[in-house]
Amino acid sequence: MLLEPFEFGFFVRAIIAACLVGGLCGLMGVYIVLRGMSYIGHGLSHAIFGGAVVSWIMSINFFVGATLWGFLSALLIAWTTRKNPIGSDAAIGIITTASFALGIAIISRSQSFTRDFEASLWGSVLGVDNEELIAIAVVAAIVAIVFFVAYKLFLFATFDPDVAQFYGVPTAWVDTLFSLLLAGTIVVSMQVLGVTMIAAAVVIPPIVARLLTDSFRKMALLSTGIGVICAVAGIYISYFVDVSSGASVVLISATLFVAVLAWSKIRSRWPGSTQSAASLSQLPRESGGAID
Amino acid sequence: MLHPPELAHLHRPDPNARPVVELQGVTAGYNGSRVLQDVDLRVMPGDFVGLLGPSGSGKTTLLRTVLGAAQVQAGDVRVYDKPVRSRRNRAGYVPQLETIDWNFPVTVEEAVMMGRTMSNALFPWFRKQERELAYDMMERLGIASLAKRHIRQLSGGQQQRVFLARALVSSPELLLLDEPTSGVDVKTRDDVMHLLHDLNHAGVTIILTTHEINAVAVHLPRIVCLNGSIVADGPPHRVIAPHILREVYGAEMPVIQYQGMTMVAESAHFWIDRNGDDAEPLATVPDDSHRQPVISHVHTAPDNVPAHHHHQDEND
Repeated sequence: MLLEPFEFGFFVRAIIAACLVGGLCGLMGVYIVLRGMSYIGHGLSHAIFGGAVVSWIMSINFFVGATLWGFLSALLIAWTTRKNPIGSDAAIGIITTASFALGIAIISRSQSFTRDFEASLWGSVLGVDNEELIAIAVVAAIVAIVFFVAYKLFLFATFDPDVAQFYGVPTAWVDTLFSLLLAGTIVVSMQVLGVTMIAAAVVIPPIVARLLTDSFRKMALLSTGIGVICAVAGIYISYFVDVSSGASVVLISATLFVAVLAWSKIRSRWPGSTQSAASLSQLPRESGGAID
Repeated sequence: MLHPPELAHLHRPDPNARPVVELQGVTAGYNGSRVLQDVDLRVMPGDFVGLLGPSGSGKTTLLRTVLGAAQVQAGDVRVYDKPVRSRRNRAGYVPQLETIDWNFPVTVEEAVMMGRTMSNALFPWFRKQERELAYDMMERLGIASLAKRHIRQLSGGQQQRVFLARALVSSPELLLLDEPTSGVDVKTRDDVMHLLHDLNHAGVTIILTTHEINAVAVHLPRIVCLNGSIVADGPPHRVIAPHILREVYGAEMPVIQYQGMTMVAESAHFWIDRNGDDAEPLATVPDDSHRQPVISHVHTAPDNVPAHHHHQDEND
């Protein structure tokens, strides 16, 4: 009975997709949260929605067009923040909303577009086809390889960009590569989780991991694992409970967050315990660029 | 000796050597604002320079200009004879503790190892020799037992030593330190200053910023006084003078000689209020007995320093 869903090809594809996207968002999320860009997932998924519409109109492959659009948006955000006295939360708010509005404007010119993009808004993991699965796998593999190989560069550039640059770390390249990986991640993830659920997938796993460890390396590994577990559990449960898969994944993650937070609170009050990992007040401050 | 063994081969400066840091007519700041104006500075190999000045005088900006992290609006900045953005050299930087993100999940060991990032950049982990070098450095600085702790779980002095260790594991020939003695106790401050003097004796060129005139600046061979631009540059006995301090800090600060050291009596208000005479710069320790409680055991009283300022001493 519990293995029943695995008899369906679409479900197996969904579980594989969820596993990859969960891990991908969990790993990417570590850098996103530590760079104070918690709402980038939310914002960029909106921005990419605009790119998706434009690439549909120009008959460009969705993945190429949307990734390129997201990449340019991410670069523009990085540039705005770096060259002007504007916080990354505000930059995310302005650039991604403008891009989203562009998509909406184009769609509203012709009602027939609306249905084509509904999947991107809400996510449809159970409808993942082979082409999408391959795209997810490719992005996940690239992100994993880059973060593995350039681990030290990304750590230093995230912790202290100015000093890292002085020590010879090519921070401009690291930032550009990060923007590209970010765009790719959001493009493939929004097919599965949907524009509206992506923020939780990139923020909750790293924050839960941060509550459990003080080490960057362990945080990256834990966050990836938590992302995988929450995504798989969310999809699996959604099959039985008949809830939207994206919502199910986010609710599972949020429940885990509450449980780990409670546990870390209890642990810190345990007599004789030395609290090692972060308490909630020490967690990276989230940028408040809410868009909806 | 607390300095890395591989620095031992470095010798005292060669008089014909090229400057390590050279700023010519530099105006710099952030986002279009000017913090430093028309600064000329040459730092030679083996120099030990203290940047002194009030808050907002551009001490940190000058360091960040050398670092390549400030916006240079005019002039030329060269580090090891190369434009600041286009180099990779053996230089270490110890940031001000307040600028560190203390919530970032890094352990002491992870933070120290960052100093070795570029030694084998595209390899996910560090080689055994590099880990040993880092542990050796942490051992010398007395923080090896804290290696697995989060950087937030340390005292101010220990935190300072973590970032000093990060700078030293890169075997720097040039070391830049932003307020290395702020927020640490007297013992740690003395330890840090001894360590820096040892490194300097081994040939490391050092530039640091400080607020502490008596505890830090007067013990350095060269002080650069800043107030948006360079007001004075030279050894303590020439630079720590009332007319220069007045220009730098905008306040009367009496200077005395105490056991052969130049010192600033930092209770100017006491002097001025007691005497009801704030017009005259109190550069000497007068004979009046009622002034004695401020500084006891005054051995020598310097003459009033000549009225002319020595702008931009060329001491190379």
